Amino acid sequence: MSVTVEEQKAANKALIEEVLKAYPEKMAKKRVKHLGTYESGKPDCGVKSNIKSLPGVMTIRGCAYAGSKGVVWGPIKDMVHISHGPVGCGQYSWSSRRNYYIGTTGIDTFVTMQFTSDFQEKDIVFGGDKKLDKIIDEIQALFPLNKGISIQSECPIGLIGDDIEAVSKRKSKELGGHTIVPVRCEGFRGVSQSLGHHLANDAIRDWVFEGKTQKAPEFEATPYDVAIIGDYNIGGDAWSSRILLEEMGLRVIAQWSGDGTIAELENTPKAKLNLLHCYRSMNYISRHMEEKYGIPWVEYNFFGPTQIEKSLREIAAHFDDSIKAKTEAVIAKYKPLMEAVIAKYKPRLAGKKVMLFVGGLRPRHVIGAYEDLGMEVVGTGYEFAHNDDYQRTTHYIKDGTLIYDDVTGYEFEQFVEKVKPDLVGSGIKEKYVFQKMGVPFRQMHSWDYSGPYHGYDGFAIFARDMDMAISSPIWSLTKAPWKAAA
Amino acid sequence: MASLRQIAFYGKGGIGKSTTSQNTLAALAEMGQKILIVGCDPKADSTRLILHAKAQDTILSLAAEAGSVEDLELEDVMKIGYRDIRCVESGGPEPGVGCAGRGVITSINFLEENGAYDGVDYVSYDVLGDVVCGGFAMPIRENKAQEIYIVMSGEMMAMYAANNISKGILKYANSGGVRLGGLVCNERQTDKELELAESLAKKLGTKLIHFVPRDNIVQHAELRRMTVIEYAPDSKQAAEYRNLAQKVHANAGNGVIPTPISMDELEDLLMEHGIMQAIDESQVGKTAAELSVAA
Repeated sequence: MSVTVEEQKAANKALIEEVLKAYPEKMAKKRVKHLGTYESGKPDCGVKSNIKSLPGVMTIRGCAYAGSKGVVWGPIKDMVHISHGPVGCGQYSWSSRRNYYIGTTGIDTFVTMQFTSDFQEKDIVFGGDKKLDKIIDEIQALFPLNKGISIQSECPIGLIGDDIEAVSKRKSKELGGHTIVPVRCEGFRGVSQSLGHHLANDAIRDWVFEGKTQKAPEFEATPYDVAIIGDYNIGGDAWSSRILLEEMGLRVIAQWSGDGTIAELENTPKAKLNLLHCYRSMNYISRHMEEKYGIPWVEYNFFGPTQIEKSLREIAAHFDDSIKAKTEAVIAKYKPLMEAVIAKYKPRLAGKKVMLFVGGLRPRHVIGAYEDLGMEVVGTGYEFAHNDDYQRTTHYIKDGTLIYDDVTGYEFEQFVEKVKPDLVGSGIKEKYVFQKMGVPFRQMHSWDYSGPYHGYDGFAIFARDMDMAISSPIWSLTKAPWKAAA
Repeated sequence: MASLRQIAFYGKGGIGKSTTSQNTLAALAEMGQKILIVGCDPKADSTRLILHAKAQDTILSLAAEAGSVEDLELEDVMKIGYRDIRCVESGGPEPGVGCAGRGVITSINFLEENGAYDGVDYVSYDVLGDVVCGGFAMPIRENKAQEIYIVMSGEMMAMYAANNISKGILKYANSGGVRLGGLVCNERQTDKELELAESLAKKLGTKLIHFVPRDNIVQHAELRRMTVIEYAPDSKQAAEYRNLAQKVHANAGNGVIPTPISMDELEDLLMEHGIMQAIDESQVGKTAAELSVAA
């Protein structure tokens, strides 16, 4: 590398200072705390996080409702999730996360459907509890095979003080103990979707684990029962993870929550080990299960062969030698495939620089996958992380990495323009901005309608997709011919 | 015809707003004024003395039955009472559910859009106890009531409420043009009531429009769901309300931007008139038992 780490740090510092100049003084003072450079050896990334976004900027964050309905509850496939309130929140978040599932939609699975209580003026004035009661009856009549109902509160529910807990209890009793879960995830609560994850976790604790009234079907435990926690099966991610765990000899008794069911949630307290992928959105329930049921949990990372190998061994360490032996066999089995993928793509991708800005776990978890391809992540940041996420990030990033928390539209554009990465990985709102700047881009929320990216199978697709973005001949055509000289 | 006068009665709950307003408006009707009463209290009791009815069907209950407020016609919600006074009640949810404030907003918008104000001289809004949220401030926002009459008494809490309502008026006075018309003191026979009411009015930069003496005939009329003006037109009390009505009628354009006072100033005022005793700071938060030990 031509630039030393010290030079890089100085360049980052100058860049941040320059970008902040565009802001009024008070705002720059606040934003400067969210921008920085990682100093190796420090316990975190040196930035503030989980603080409310400033007015006047384009933030990439969502709301508590998005965190609960969109992330945690929405993918649970055999439940009907009511977007409770006016129609917009449900309509515009409809099936937007590509949570793949198996089942017959509208019969026994409902993920890609949209249920709303469609609040009208009279529901605001007189309260919506009666309407909710009626909706639940209609759901039971129209979708008799649903295994439960969740009520995802939109803002007005909290403003007018509807008693959705009372309705839930009453209807559950009326319906012979049917699972009905009220979630107080009004969008105005908290600073981002992060609080919605927490509230959704708490609702599982209080209304699924504690409030369970249905007679659970017989569950025969085995010594190898594990649960996948925090994999939303975007483009099939949970499936390409699950097969590895099964090949190791483990039994996956639950997927939280991609392609998951309410019965799986209910059975999870019987797991021997919880495997936590998205720490941010489901650490709460993992910690609860550890305290209440004594189930240990382990964080893992299934992006790229280096991290997969490490994680498989770490998971296996919680089990007996037969599992450990099988794990080595799994690693050995996929090695040739991984070598072939790397042999094909690394020559084309080596040395390419990447900048990321995503949510949950990806700003750190995917770094290993890029590095397996010889690429380098030079900047990363989270939409809604807390400090414990930035602490975890230090395990992945290099000294001198540019860090930007809750980045604003302006900052991100400026950073990319100056750092000139070969690839930007972020969301749909960012995609076209950067492509118009002539920078290759991949959506790292939805995998750009591709995937899965988890597991060994996922890595092959990941590598192909990154190559497709970076090596596309289109980028040589984005320079105006009359500016060719310049 | 003079231009439309929009007025509103505010005041602490139970102070006698609805009684005072209906009697005053009945007296104005006697004077030949065409009047529309808009009740903005979920209890829907702002028009009972005019209509001799227990409770009028409200805009919001009819809208809920019909589906939405767009499904209603003005005739469905407007009733005609004593001396052709037009009456509507906004209504609202039962206590403890929904959002009554939003109901007030919905109702007033409906009335405006459907021409309820055409051909009247006075629109009078009767609003619940305190300006608890934006919805109940609706009548004092832009292009609504120009003059607010605060009904109060010599009781401490009624005076607190009057001061708080003045703060609400002040907030909208510059964007909207709402003014404080004055205070109406509804006698409770507390100590030095008139003097106190006049002092408060002075502090708020307004005047005491009228001091309505207490008279049991008001209760007799109420039991028959009538105003005193109608029940006992020749009584002394009816004359008081006529007097008040004339003062309100003559008060057009005389409203002021109020100068609400701080809690400390209000307490000083009460102390000045001997209503409140100065309290030694060292005694604050002490129970009676603790104080007797200390003594």
